[in-house]
Amino acid sequence: MRRVYLDHAATTPVDPEVADLMAQVLREVSGNPSSIYAEGRQARALVDRARDEVAQAIGADPAEIVFTSGGTEADNLALRGVLKAREGEADGIVTTAIEHHAILDTALDLEAHGQARVTVLPVDRDGRVSAQAVARSIDERTAIVSVMHGNNEVGTLQPVLEIGAICRERGVAFHSDAVQTVGALAIDVRTMPIDLLSVNAHKFYGPKGVGALFIRRGTRVSTVQTGGGQEKGRRTGTENVSGIVGLGAALRIAASRRAVESARQAELRDRLIREIRSRIPDATLTGHPTDRLPNSASFCFSGTQGEALVVSLDLEGFSVSSGSACTSGNTDPSHVLLALGLDRDLAQGSLRLTLGRDTTGADIDALLAALPPIVARLRAASGATVSA
Amino acid sequence: MSERVFVAMSGGVDSALAAALLVERGEDVVGVWMRLTAGGASSDSPRCCGTDEAGEDARRAAAHLGIPFYALDYAEVFGREVIDRFVRAYASGETPNPCVACNGYVKFEALLSDVVRKFGGSRLATGHYARVAHDAGRYRLLRARDPMKDQSYALYMLGQADLARLELPIGELEDKGETRALAARYGLPNAAKAESMDICFVSGDYRDLVRERAPAAFQPGPVERADGTVVGAHAGIGGLTIGQRSGVGIATGERLYVLRLELDRGAAIVGTKAEIATTTYALREVRFTADEPPAAVFAADAVLRYRGTPLASRVRVSTDGTAVLELTEAALVAPGQAAVLYRGDEVIGGGVVDHPLAA
Repeated sequence: MRRVYLDHAATTPVDPEVADLMAQVLREVSGNPSSIYAEGRQARALVDRARDEVAQAIGADPAEIVFTSGGTEADNLALRGVLKAREGEADGIVTTAIEHHAILDTALDLEAHGQARVTVLPVDRDGRVSAQAVARSIDERTAIVSVMHGNNEVGTLQPVLEIGAICRERGVAFHSDAVQTVGALAIDVRTMPIDLLSVNAHKFYGPKGVGALFIRRGTRVSTVQTGGGQEKGRRTGTENVSGIVGLGAALRIAASRRAVESARQAELRDRLIREIRSRIPDATLTGHPTDRLPNSASFCFSGTQGEALVVSLDLEGFSVSSGSACTSGNTDPSHVLLALGLDRDLAQGSLRLTLGRDTTGADIDALLAALPPIVARLRAASGATVSA
Repeated sequence: MSERVFVAMSGGVDSALAAALLVERGEDVVGVWMRLTAGGASSDSPRCCGTDEAGEDARRAAAHLGIPFYALDYAEVFGREVIDRFVRAYASGETPNPCVACNGYVKFEALLSDVVRKFGGSRLATGHYARVAHDAGRYRLLRARDPMKDQSYALYMLGQADLARLELPIGELEDKGETRALAARYGLPNAAKAESMDICFVSGDYRDLVRERAPAAFQPGPVERADGTVVGAHAGIGGLTIGQRSGVGIATGERLYVLRLELDRGAAIVGTKAEIATTTYALREVRFTADEPPAAVFAADAVLRYRGTPLASRVRVSTDGTAVLELTEAALVAPGQAAVLYRGDEVIGGGVVDHPLAA
């Protein structure tokens, strides 16, 4: 069966050029980047080159890039590292109700252990937090504000420029989880007032298990794990050399293709949204109607269950998700959809379609043919009545 | 509609083998595992097929067989139809049969319906040891070929529409040896797993669960003989089972068993073995595999417990879903248990024991 992969927010296939490069590194580069002899220097040079590539892609200085094991670790390092560095001075975290669990659960864990006071801000129906609400929540004990750039479930983009400006004015570190946007949207930390930014390679056609945290020079972050002192002591542990090389190459390639590719995907996405709304009655677009990730279309279909939508589409050759990949296998409605104010029943019927480089117009047509009968079947099974 | 078969995989070897046999037959097979408890509860009830741990075993078996696999959430329906019923039964002086409730309400009513109506499948297969035969335009539910493994008792509630969509591949296996040999041949990763026997959702004493959910059923009350003589006290109806000997809390020379529970007074009536065995029972929620009884009054072999001995009986069916079961010889069965009716190897139906009638 031909498969159509429409879950690029969960992960993306590794770019063949990246895969080749990584394989070559695994075969030919044996050294530990910390070793002073030839093999070590060779490995170190590759890590440094990747650091340059990441820095270049987001307008940072290479010294401001710390490699991690992925987005979750970058998020943890940002929150825990800043809180630890400010211990005794400031312990406030301001964040939003639609953050990834890597942020929300980290903040709540810090709070549960008496290490932080957490303010979780609501979002509007479109999934946007108000910059004014962020401003009102900052007090003299606030250490960090963390607001994601683009939401993984509903695609909404947050007003990070406005929020960053407020944080800068108030002298509070501003972190943004940009896992969904790096590689898809233009990010330049020279002009964007973001102090910490989380990056994850496998969201832009790089390997899984490697990410990075941009830490603006002057932002105080303490290490949260102890050991041999790699990454200038900010993230200790022997570097994942092939993974880091893959991350650097993938981001370089993504940046070079970004403008054309994001515009192409946005056009397909717009057609997808328009056609789903015209072919399926009572289809609710979730997230912001226009200010959203270029590759993301997310819906709720009344009278259906996300789990059944995903299973039915998989059996017909389509890879999609309901909410985020991290919570699949569990039918509690997504915290993001509930935060948008959707009622629980409607939130159960969520479907997320995220496009990628390989997505074609024919893929969109195929999905548009397959989806309406599945939604109709599930609605019939649950005895739902639908207002057209 | 596709000809896809969905296999309910528990994480145990029987359902994995059922999937393997269907794959070998060339069927288009999809594995599903039913989450029956909220996530993360694997360590305190390790034998339950609905915990994360069992789900992982099922996932591995499906991957080994190269079939699609989905973990589906049925915790809500399991909680409502199995656990709540279990608690309610004990609280009202009955002895529940959670495996029968799980098969009837969760595996067949909920899952089979979802397979057909939501997922577009044509059939559901399970790892039960029983058989479905199709002849003369009718589906028959039969005992497994291996009498030692037979589980047809727990499937009596199935009707024609269910049986038409049901595959029970392992019911055809001759004996445990063949099951083991086949599991080894397919290299099933969980071939060595022990068979589950306990109440899967209770890790310790089931009375603790009943006490927690239905504290009112734990009011102390009198223990009496049938003639009204008070012979002791008990800690609560919810902790008693008809026919049980222990836990009545009395010391007399005779061996006394719980004969019945009088809910309105909170009294437990006890008696000797001779006093409690009855020949006639009222049944409720009576079902027939043919969707209708063979006759208004008919002879059948009644089985009153899982893998119990068939007892000669006569059944009188009413139109309101109840029936009267008359056993040739007296036997003891607690209200709430299933009485399953056989003719030879065929299950013709059954019902829930409501109460004993005067012999």
